[in-house]
Amino acid sequence: MSCDCKNVNSDLSLIEETLQKYASDEGNLITILQNAQEIYGYLPVDVIYHVAERVGVSPARVMGVATFYAQFSLKPIGKYLVMLCQGTACHVNGSERILRAISEELGIADGETTDDGLFTIKCVACLGCCSLSPVMMINDDTYGSLTPEKAVSIVRALKAKEA
Amino acid sequence: MKIVIGQGSCGIAAGAAKVYKALEGINTGAFELGSTGCIGMCFLEPIADIYDGDVLVKRLVHVDEKDAERIAKAVCENDLDSISDLFITDDDASFLSQQTRIALRHCGIIDPTKLEDYTAIDGYRALKKALCEMTPEEVIDEIKTSGLAGRGGAGFPTWFKWNAARQSVGDRKFMICNADEGDPGAFMDRAVIESDPHTLIEGMLIGAYAIGASEAIVYVRAEYPLAIINLKRAIEQARENNLLGENILGTGFSCEMRIKAGAGAFVCGEETALIESLEGKRGMPRLKPPFPAQKGYNQYPSNINNVETFANVAWIILNGGEKFAQMGTPDSKGTKVFALTGKIKKGGLVEIPMGMTLREVIFDIGGGIRDDAEFKAVQMGGPSGGCIPADKLDTIIDYKALGATGAIMGSGGMVVMDQTTCMVDVARFFLDFTAKESCGKCVHCRLGTKRMLEILERIVAGEGKEGDIELLEELCEGIKDGALCGLGQTAPNPVLTTIRYFRNEYEAHIKEKKCPAKACASLLRYSIDADKCIGCTACAKKCPVAAISGSVKQTHSIDAQKCIRCGQCASVCRFGAVTVC
Repeated sequence: MSCDCKNVNSDLSLIEETLQKYASDEGNLITILQNAQEIYGYLPVDVIYHVAERVGVSPARVMGVATFYAQFSLKPIGKYLVMLCQGTACHVNGSERILRAISEELGIADGETTDDGLFTIKCVACLGCCSLSPVMMINDDTYGSLTPEKAVSIVRALKAKEA
Repeated sequence: MKIVIGQGSCGIAAGAAKVYKALEGINTGAFELGSTGCIGMCFLEPIADIYDGDVLVKRLVHVDEKDAERIAKAVCENDLDSISDLFITDDDASFLSQQTRIALRHCGIIDPTKLEDYTAIDGYRALKKALCEMTPEEVIDEIKTSGLAGRGGAGFPTWFKWNAARQSVGDRKFMICNADEGDPGAFMDRAVIESDPHTLIEGMLIGAYAIGASEAIVYVRAEYPLAIINLKRAIEQARENNLLGENILGTGFSCEMRIKAGAGAFVCGEETALIESLEGKRGMPRLKPPFPAQKGYNQYPSNINNVETFANVAWIILNGGEKFAQMGTPDSKGTKVFALTGKIKKGGLVEIPMGMTLREVIFDIGGGIRDDAEFKAVQMGGPSGGCIPADKLDTIIDYKALGATGAIMGSGGMVVMDQTTCMVDVARFFLDFTAKESCGKCVHCRLGTKRMLEILERIVAGEGKEGDIELLEELCEGIKDGALCGLGQTAPNPVLTTIRYFRNEYEAHIKEKKCPAKACASLLRYSIDADKCIGCTACAKKCPVAAISGSVKQTHSIDAQKCIRCGQCASVCRFGAVTVC
């Protein structure tokens, strides 16, 4: 991965309040990164450097945490984050077909974002709605008992809303 | 009359919030409207309960927002028979009546957003009893009498952990709740936090008093937003009512509580990895000893229990450990919650006394297999557990008995599988999971799971070789012995149990290049039965790679070279002419 820190220019003042509150304790690193991701939508590399400096640890240490946990993204994520559950019950009930249908509809694979920045597909561990499997979550809304057709129509409705 | 809507995450996903909104919109004050958490009957969601005072008069199931008007009318005019089509059937109602609920005792009954609902049904009475009438040692003794064991998976005696933490010396001590419920197929912890957060707080406070902790932390998965919201609110309510904080209820006991949202890592369910994560680091397990009871969070003595374990504590203190110990088997006391899912007719949360058989849970409570298909296996314990076959259905639910099958009690995921599930693919699925979730600290787990996954991927792709099964078994033994933490040590279980009970399926994949369950796409051959095909062209139109040829009213055929085995032709054919072998 080439370094693109010179190309990003995030507004670091947005994270100031979080840093004031948490930066004094290294133990709060995950909380700080969660807030940063909430603010910027992902973890821009200049924010990672800034957090490291303020917390008083190396950027490598912050990067280590950012890459360890599934919640953090180093790339911008779409307006709609489509999380496809890959739990056991969903697997047994055909989650793979749902992934295939949505990937085809959006023209992107797991972990990718559409060129218009609207959709990101992310396969996630169990969402805990196993009785409604297969399940997906789009931002904060959960959709259950999916079929490939139903999943595609949900995505199409969102597309239509944005058109 | 009061209408109460079940609004756990599953209920909301099924449309409960829309039903609530619709009822709210038409309510002019003629009836009372309320919400509750997860009732646990996920297969009937959305559910609306009609109460007359405290008495549940009728349970309505599969309600839709379109039904709102007639439900409201029926309630206002006291004419429930007009909505009899929505009534729960006796058969479905037996899903709940066959259960014994302790950990879930308030779920689906109280409104989780209201402290007064909780206190009205004995809430915080156990805390009062513990703080005012019992010494910490007596609390630990009561838990010892109950025989309560850790419900997160390991089944370690709770009193023993509490006692070790109590005897450990430190300026500060921590009571930590592991709510990082990561086992795919398990959701009881989410249900408890969402539906009855005060039970968790009360259980933790009693534990904190017992071990002498003045700080408590709940580590919750970030994937459970509703659980976090409800718990946050409950903590504030408890604080406002002097049930948390300084000098609780004037007893001199003080304890603070906070929530830490996890960031998505399965390994953080391991207690030392969870502690690392609480400290803001990568969640990698530590070597034990020292155990958390000696050196845990920030090197202070700490005790970690699972949500369901804590959910039993207040009940035990109020009703006595003896009463809890009367339920279950000599080895396993009390009740256990299971998340019954997969190819089951009635899926949801099931809490039963230990000692019931798997058959009773799956067939009597769960109603058997969906579409009356044939039972093949039940997966228990998630990635650390295993698959139990049909001839072991009379195994009782007990730590030892389940362990003897090669599976484990685990946190309570129970995923039922029928003949369409390929057991080799299930093993591959779990290894894919553990290989991705392995933290990378120890070689046995990091590389061992990866090598096993590669072999399983080869087998399901039709490239299995003689000797693969033996190689898998050898790797399994090595990883079991060599891995640092529970994640690695138990990762081979799904492979070992499927080899033990379904070796013939492995052999069919390797030797005959066939998948008996017809689930592994690479091993399937699609063809068209000339006797049944009428030449409607539906399959040819649907085929995404133009592998099907044939003109109208002529028998079609599939080019095996071009076919990508997506199965779309079989799903569109109305004449059953597409055969798979």
